[in-house]
Amino acid sequence: MARLVAVAAGGPAGLAAYGVIVTEPRYLRSLVSTVVLAAVVTALTLVIATIAGVFLQRNRFPGRSVLVAMLTFPLAFPGVVVGFMVIMLAGRQGLIGDLTRLVTGERLVFAYSMAGLLTGYLYFSIPRVILTVMAAAEKLDPRLEEAARSLGASSWQVVRDVIVPGLRPAFLSAGAICFATAMGAFGTAFTLATEIEVLPMTIYTEFTLRANIVVAAALSIILGGITWLALALARTAAGSSVAASA
Amino acid sequence: MARRGRGFWAQLAFTVLVAAFLIVPVAMSITAGITANFFQGVKSGLTTRWIAEVWRLYRDTIFLSMTIALATLVVDLAIGVPAAYVLARWRGWLPRLVEEALVLPIAIPGLATALALILAYGTWREFRTSWVFILVGHVLFTLPFMVRAVLAVLSSIDLPTLEEGARSLGASFRQRFFGVVLPNVRAGILAGALMVVTLSIGEFNMTWMLHTPLTKTLPVGLADSYASMRLEIGSAYTVMFFFMIIPLLIGIQLAARPRKPATLRDEAA
Repeated sequence: MARLVAVAAGGPAGLAAYGVIVTEPRYLRSLVSTVVLAAVVTALTLVIATIAGVFLQRNRFPGRSVLVAMLTFPLAFPGVVVGFMVIMLAGRQGLIGDLTRLVTGERLVFAYSMAGLLTGYLYFSIPRVILTVMAAAEKLDPRLEEAARSLGASSWQVVRDVIVPGLRPAFLSAGAICFATAMGAFGTAFTLATEIEVLPMTIYTEFTLRANIVVAAALSIILGGITWLALALARTAAGSSVAASA
Repeated sequence: MARRGRGFWAQLAFTVLVAAFLIVPVAMSITAGITANFFQGVKSGLTTRWIAEVWRLYRDTIFLSMTIALATLVVDLAIGVPAAYVLARWRGWLPRLVEEALVLPIAIPGLATALALILAYGTWREFRTSWVFILVGHVLFTLPFMVRAVLAVLSSIDLPTLEEGARSLGASFRQRFFGVVLPNVRAGILAGALMVVTLSIGEFNMTWMLHTPLTKTLPVGLADSYASMRLEIGSAYTVMFFFMIIPLLIGIQLAARPRKPATLRDEAA
């Protein structure tokens, strides 16, 4: 524990000496695209995971546990493996390429572009968020939904006014973790490595190829700062919403 | 209770689609790993040639990853379990601050930690080139997970009362810690341990920066094979990785489930 505290304090403090302000447009562009990508991934993941997670929590049917196992298996995949999975799906010999060639006659290959990166980020985010949503949906009181329905609410109204507000704390915490992971994900971008400029890749290139340690350190601090801020904001928001409902 | 209307089938179809999105590439890489020529498809014949090739080329990375994962586990147990105990017993603002710091490994990207480590110790040559350097990084990354897993169990039991009972019967601190505290947090330690080993085996972001040509771990080897080997070898290697983590994942699931029966039995005994 002493070592943990020492490095938590010592790491950034040691790096602070290199804390040069980043002004170059290239770094800024990389920063902006990373934040946008992480935000889009978080939003999409929340929607997908909520539909699947609430469904799996509410219904019992044969094969359900197999589905849950399939949906959570990729939890332990490192970023490189996720990148490879995207290549399998959308790479030059990928499944999507084969299918689109059958249909349109042309191979659709997007693994090495921003779309491929987005696919990869969705791939590792969905399992994490589904687990959180399922755990939260278990705690929702089904009577609230029944009450709403008996008062004449349509199923869309039930989703909007009962289920989504009930899951709000889970959305906040899972969303923040999803955002933070997407910001720092390096392995996926590294495997798909092309001309995609996301922040972790920029840090890596600056450090290894250009030996620009000062910039790499400054960028890491900015990256860490943004993710920490996202997590802190979500915790504060989740805390206040819990207090409000209590 | 369930009215299986159109809504049910639509949601089921959606969920199956999501599951397919996650599992189809896994199935494809398993197929590719044992197919003679993936470009021609399965009809080119099945082979274990690629698996053997991976074993020849990357055997060392598998052993190194296992060594590092076990060493990480030992260090995490030695530091993390006492640390969680201290955090659970000690009231005040400082432990809260430390708990706050436990979310750091999620907040601080592995790359940044790796950079900090290299800047701090990179010039110490023997350390930089040994696998212990990677071990330090992995411990920093995984320790909070161990502490949190143990802390979660510790805060769900009435520790002060248990300890007081033991103390009133004349148990020394040592006896209390090993005889009362540890058996009670067994479930947390197990869950934390499985988590730590899984995380350590799969860690790439940090390890890629910390590794040297002589200290390559499994994920580093994977990245290397994806970049420079044929698709079949990368696939076969990925399959071997799957087989390493599947037992761990099943263990995590099992460890998370039977907490209730276990405590009931403990109370009855």
